[in-house]
Amino acid sequence: MDLKLDHHSKDGIEIVDVEGEIDVYTAPRLRELLIELVNSRFYQLVVNMEKVEFLDSTGLGVLVGGLKRVRAHDGSLDLVCTQERILKIFRITGLTKVFGIHDTVDEAIAARRAEK
Amino acid sequence: MATVELSFTALPAHVRTARLVATAVARRSGVDESLLDEVRLAVGEACSRAVEGHQLYCPAEPVRLSLTDLAGRFEVEVTDACAPAARLPAGQGAVGAVAGGHGAENNGGLPASIGIAVIEGLADDVQISETAAGTSIRMSWPSSGASR
Repeated sequence: MDLKLDHHSKDGIEIVDVEGEIDVYTAPRLRELLIELVNSRFYQLVVNMEKVEFLDSTGLGVLVGGLKRVRAHDGSLDLVCTQERILKIFRITGLTKVFGIHDTVDEAIAARRAEK
Repeated sequence: MATVELSFTALPAHVRTARLVATAVARRSGVDESLLDEVRLAVGEACSRAVEGHQLYCPAEPVRLSLTDLAGRFEVEVTDACAPAARLPAGQGAVGAVAGGHGAENNGGLPASIGIAVIEGLADDVQISETAAGTSIRMSWPSSGASR
């Protein structure tokens, strides 16, 4: 399956819905969207990966790049993911310590609010 | 002799095809369903790395994928044609290209070798060998050898 991207605001945080496969072919589209959001001054992001079927290190690089961009503006990029096969690559690479990873979008928003 | 051999133009779009073929052959070879995601991800990482290298140094050369059903093992070999000599254009060095991977400038600051680290975290047995012709990543998983 190809990559589908969408985004909407919820409680002042921009939710990025990602569906499909994030790999060397599709990751540039996600990178472009994250850059576009940051350029549009959205610095609080939640990437909802519940419908992501595949993620490789190229996709990880895009997420880390997005995190660096929002942090440059004191922002945040949290993830929503409960799929073991996707979480596994975050664990292998140690990135579970870098991202806030939550079970639901509401939980991610609540966690972000609690940190403010 | 390999069960299935595949060579493809070094384009990112074909990496997905390589993943699908590898997963299908692994399933037919009797690799446990619980390991198929690991096969898919590891093959994808190896092919992505090869494609990125080819795009930098030898875009006309195909990436090669070999899938072999051995006795009790399913073995995958991904071979690139990025010869060490090709990576070092006269006096320029190899921008973003090291044995561990390529294209670090687009990788969000992650080390170029992260693809290899992921593969090593996924496959039981990983062997990386460099020759004058390029790099070969060989990896394997247990299989029942159920189908030939």
